[in-house]
Amino acid sequence: MPDPTLNSYLMLSAVLFAIGTAGIFLRRNLITILLSIEIMLNAVNLTFVAVDRYLGATDGQIIVFFVMTVAAAEAAVGLALVIALFRHKATLSPDAFTTLKW
Amino acid sequence: MKLALIPLLPFLGFLINAVAGRRLSKSVSGGLATAAMGLSFGVSAAVVWELLRLEPVGGVRAIEETVFTWLSSGTLEVPLAFRVDPLAAVMILVVTGIGTLIHLYSTAYMHDESDGEYARYFSYLNLFAAFMLVLVLGASFPVLFIGWEGVGLCSYLLIGFWFTKTSAADAGKKAFIVNRIGDFGFVLGMLALFWAFGTLDFQGIAAAVANRPADAASIAGATVITGATLLLFLGAAGKSAQIPLFVWLPDAMEGPTPVSALIHAATMVTAGVYMIARNAVLFSHAPFTLEVVAIIGVATALMAGTIGLVQNDIKRVLAYSTVSQLGYMFLALGVGAFAGGIFHLYTHAFFKALLFLGSGAVIHALHGEQDLRNMGGLRKELPLTYRAFLIGTIAIAGLPPLAGFFSKDEILWKAFSSGHTILWGLGVVAAFLTAFYMFRLLYMAFFGERRSAAAGEGHHAPTAHALDQGHGGGSGAHLHDAPPAMAIALVVLAIGSVVAGFVGVPHALGGHNQIEGFLAPSFRAVGSAAEATEGAAAAGGEHGASTELALMLLSVLVAAAGIGLATFAYLRKPGVAGQWAERFSGAYRLLLNKYYVDEIYDAVVVQPIKRLSTRLLWRGVDAGLIDGTVNGVGLVVRGWSAVLRRLQTGSMRAYAMSTFLGVVVIVGYYLWR
Repeated sequence: MPDPTLNSYLMLSAVLFAIGTAGIFLRRNLITILLSIEIMLNAVNLTFVAVDRYLGATDGQIIVFFVMTVAAAEAAVGLALVIALFRHKATLSPDAFTTLKW
Repeated sequence: MKLALIPLLPFLGFLINAVAGRRLSKSVSGGLATAAMGLSFGVSAAVVWELLRLEPVGGVRAIEETVFTWLSSGTLEVPLAFRVDPLAAVMILVVTGIGTLIHLYSTAYMHDESDGEYARYFSYLNLFAAFMLVLVLGASFPVLFIGWEGVGLCSYLLIGFWFTKTSAADAGKKAFIVNRIGDFGFVLGMLALFWAFGTLDFQGIAAAVANRPADAASIAGATVITGATLLLFLGAAGKSAQIPLFVWLPDAMEGPTPVSALIHAATMVTAGVYMIARNAVLFSHAPFTLEVVAIIGVATALMAGTIGLVQNDIKRVLAYSTVSQLGYMFLALGVGAFAGGIFHLYTHAFFKALLFLGSGAVIHALHGEQDLRNMGGLRKELPLTYRAFLIGTIAIAGLPPLAGFFSKDEILWKAFSSGHTILWGLGVVAAFLTAFYMFRLLYMAFFGERRSAAAGEGHHAPTAHALDQGHGGGSGAHLHDAPPAMAIALVVLAIGSVVAGFVGVPHALGGHNQIEGFLAPSFRAVGSAAEATEGAAAAGGEHGASTELALMLLSVLVAAAGIGLATFAYLRKPGVAGQWAERFSGAYRLLLNKYYVDEIYDAVVVQPIKRLSTRLLWRGVDAGLIDGTVNGVGLVVRGWSAVLRRLQTGSMRAYAMSTFLGVVVIVGYYLWR
């Protein structure tokens, strides 16, 4: 089995990103959508680290730590919002929350 | 500091009364204001004394004082500088002296006002005097202009003092707006002078003008000098109530009577005369302007004099008399007799203040009654006021040896001797009118039987201000003559009206005409040796002494004829005036309605402007264009937002999808490029 090349990592990353995107558009549960966002973030993280390794630099790895920190905060806030929304309407379908408009 | 102190003292009085007046008692606020004026008079007298002892430098005596540099911009350098020369000396003595007496008089006259109003009145009065003093002391046009505008403001405040009365508030506005028209000309005149001479200092301009040849006497050969002086004269016509801007002065009678005295005698209306005399050198170089000044002056004198013949309001008669006398002063200026104009200003200040304060005493005694038809027989009941009024009337009518005779005769003689025979003739007619309407006023108010208020065809609306003192105002009640403060002012002014003329006894009567010699340096440029005009005038005086005496006799006879006619019509045969009015009812109505000047102005100026404002400026520009633009912007935004907000579905999925598509499009663009 040959060593994985940069291409392999980028392919994996693209697949993960596509899965996340599809999840956001296709799933009907806010929690699942949040999870999908996490998947997309991790796909990006993987790209950062792979390219970083390929270039022999460290900047990308530092950015990944930032992304992880922000993702943690985002998850906390996102889940809090989800709980608040659930209390409000007793459902988690994103289609139930369409009143934020004209 | 001495000179600055003169306007500063009344200004301090204004500040104290304006800030703390409400908490001061009447005697404190009134006393303070009067004391401020009195002190200012004292300082003025000291300054004039110093001036008199000064050695002339280049033929001119002047005390100058720069307080600080006010404006400094490019070549324009305006220090806040005061200058006292003989002309300013006469003016500050008149303003502070007569001003003090009017303040004193007011302490009694306004005593029925509440404490706050009383203090407000005196603060305005002090401010008025302060601005007038700045006006006469200013060494340059801009400084004069401070005072010029200041007295305009104060006249508005004082004429509209009883602002709860609509007519008083309107009269205040009218005075202000009419003056504004004149001031517009004044500012343009100043600009023209600065453009031509690069300085606005009076002496600087005089020196610059003196080196130039005089303008041609026709408008065709005019230069900037004629243009600038005509514009300045427009300003003077506004302030000094000449045709065409005299309409505000009779309406100014809505103010308290001492204010009328102040405006008419010592301040405000004299500003225009003073300003032209101050720029005598400049105006001498514009013969066309002088011609205009003289003609307007004599026309105003005649017009106001004829209106004065038939007015029934005691103060209005005096108001038109003021307009008429101011016309005389302009006539003097116009024929080049600057000293004569100022001399008449000075004597007029005494007897007109006396007459106004006397009429105030009458109104005070009658609890606000101003209609002559409801007076009569006051001679016995108000003996002091009667005597004072009599002296003032004789003085203004021009009977020797009272003050008015000398000054009026000086003007008429100068008009005649300078070759303006027609103007002289009209001036004599105006003198006849003056004598007639003043004695008509005297007879109607003080002689005959008291005509009760009730008989006065319902004219007795207790007019201006209810001078209600609690004791009965009925026709049979005993009347009170002027209280002490008012009496003192009347007596002093009466003495002044008798003796003031003696400083200008003409050579023809064996006098020396000191005032003319005293004032002469003010009407020359500094250091200019040429006194050709003065010399010629003196020579003419030598040759024409007999002519002058003859003319003098003539004008006395004319005045006597006026008095005689008034005596006949209003004393001997009281019904005859009414018969004349019926026989010449057309002319009578024309005069009673003041030649319909107010109505003409209303139709020619006010209504067109109103229509233009309503139709074009209001409905067209404001409502149509400006509001339309503002509302149109709002409407466009609303229309577009109605379309665009359809995009806001509220569905999170749709937002996410659009974001995703956007990313795909942008990334795709860069990839496939």
